[in-house]
Amino acid sequence: MAVPIGYIARNLVARRLTTALTAGGMALVVYVFATVLMLAAGLRATLVSTGQPDNVVVIRRGSVTEVQSGISRDQASVVESLPDIAVAGDGMRLISKESVVLISLPKRSTGKPGNVTVRGVTAAGLELRPQVKLVAGRMFHPGTSEIVVGRAIATGFRGAQLDDTLRFGSREWTVVGEFDAGRTGFDSEIWGDATQMLQAFRRNGYSSIVFKLADPDRFDAVKTELESDPRLTIEAKRERQFYADQSQALASFIRVLGTGISIIFSIGAVIGAAITMYASVASRTAEIGTLRALGFRRSAVLIAFLTEALLLGLVGGIAGLVAASFMQAVTISTTNFQTFAEIAFSFALTPAIVAASLAFALGMGLVGGFLPAARAARMKIVDALRAA
Amino acid sequence: MTPLVVIEGLSKYYLRGDQVIPVLVDLSLEVAEGEYVALMGPSGSGKSTLLNLIAGIDKPSSGTIRIGGIDIAALSDAELALWRSINVGFVFQFYNLMPVLTAFGNVELPLQLTTLSRPERRERVEAALALVGLTDRAMHLPNELSGGQQQRVAIARALITDPTLIVADEPTGDLDRATAQEILGLLGRLNDELGKTIIMVTHDPKAAETAHRLVHLEKGELVA
Repeated sequence: MAVPIGYIARNLVARRLTTALTAGGMALVVYVFATVLMLAAGLRATLVSTGQPDNVVVIRRGSVTEVQSGISRDQASVVESLPDIAVAGDGMRLISKESVVLISLPKRSTGKPGNVTVRGVTAAGLELRPQVKLVAGRMFHPGTSEIVVGRAIATGFRGAQLDDTLRFGSREWTVVGEFDAGRTGFDSEIWGDATQMLQAFRRNGYSSIVFKLADPDRFDAVKTELESDPRLTIEAKRERQFYADQSQALASFIRVLGTGISIIFSIGAVIGAAITMYASVASRTAEIGTLRALGFRRSAVLIAFLTEALLLGLVGGIAGLVAASFMQAVTISTTNFQTFAEIAFSFALTPAIVAASLAFALGMGLVGGFLPAARAARMKIVDALRAA
Repeated sequence: MTPLVVIEGLSKYYLRGDQVIPVLVDLSLEVAEGEYVALMGPSGSGKSTLLNLIAGIDKPSSGTIRIGGIDIAALSDAELALWRSINVGFVFQFYNLMPVLTAFGNVELPLQLTTLSRPERRERVEAALALVGLTDRAMHLPNELSGGQQQRVAIARALITDPTLIVADEPTGDLDRATAQEILGLLGRLNDELGKTIIMVTHDPKAAETAHRLVHLEKGELVA
């Protein structure tokens, strides 16, 4: 038979200052733990949502990113001749041969240079990314030195606002529009006409080819066909997978580093919880003796103090999560070291992160509470009663 | 009357380093059902140890303690806990109430070990609080009650499971004379009206006078 939960909870309330300080320490650790996971999840969500489910990205075999990749015009023509490419309502085949280069622009906040992805796209390329919406100005005209910039570029970099002129690839480019790509990776890109980009950067081949499948279920067949063609040295990936792969290294790095730091911090919080629980046991020795005398078993006393420590952890966990949830309003920009390009993303709080953070907080409570609870359960009744 | 408590050859030693300190030496005692016994003796005479052994919260070094026919010295820790919850009501010198629970919550506590439903528990707690005259204080915390009121809550808690035996360790030790009389009167009623067997340790001869029988202990042995 268990000690009533009301008694356990009221003891925490009765010592509210100690409870608040201990739970506060745990909350800070949970906050760090949760925000780091939110950072990794946000990066992944941003990059994964960059891809469309029906789109296929073709890059040179062995390269992970478009910047590393190069596809000759001959090979591009072979890909272009695929019968599986979807056709738009106006008869346009939905395939875009694109060039991707990195340029350096000064960041608005620090003035320090950051790498920005410049993508040469075709009319079909715009059709392939329905999430990209123009929010200011107009689209660039093909055959001109006009560019449009993503939302994160317009807000994060100097000289990249509407009507500004940027100099790269030995040319002056005029910003004629700003687009919102729905918090995807394209928000951190500059787009211009593919042919103009190839000329400006003196490229003979493309970086990547993106096309939409007429029948999404044919992906595996198309992939096999392309990758087994002896004329081609390319690989094909679903666009979602392609961008998810690009988030892998940075997201893992953030997760491992952040979890490591959280675990080190948690040792402090666990010691704090243990001290609080030891104090709780010491100040309630006579109560423990009384409970045992009334007929509560050792196990009931053990469970009562463990529950108290778990409640302490739960309070800390919830407080930490509430604090972390405010981070969802923050967007940060950093260099994805797989693509070497700046990527802007937000902290994303997912149900899995909520569960992991609460489990982490309860774990801290359990570890911190175990020894004090065991001590309470081991007390001899007569010795405990003598403390009255 | 049939004996409720039968103690034979009871000894209790403590070890301090390699020194053996005898507290109770080969003690035998019977307490009849419905009897009200006062244990008296100087400090260190072993009266509290004897009470603790009878109440099943300490174990003897040798000898037997039969209560209602059960040799409680032979019970395991868990069996003893269950036995106490059914058979013994405790009244302590410093009341030993849970400071975070109301009078109601404190009296209800032993019933948490039973299978009674919440309404059944409520009914019993209300009856016990009425018996000790604290119906209007049910929702007060111990620190909102006087010493005498707290001891009355403790008596209600001791009664709540309807045990055959009530052990009281200096129940008036922390109270003024008038309040002490009140508490002793209440214990007397439990004995007279409810037929509870009461064993009380006390230093106070006036308290001891309220009992049916006086048992004197000196240096761990009974004196006539």
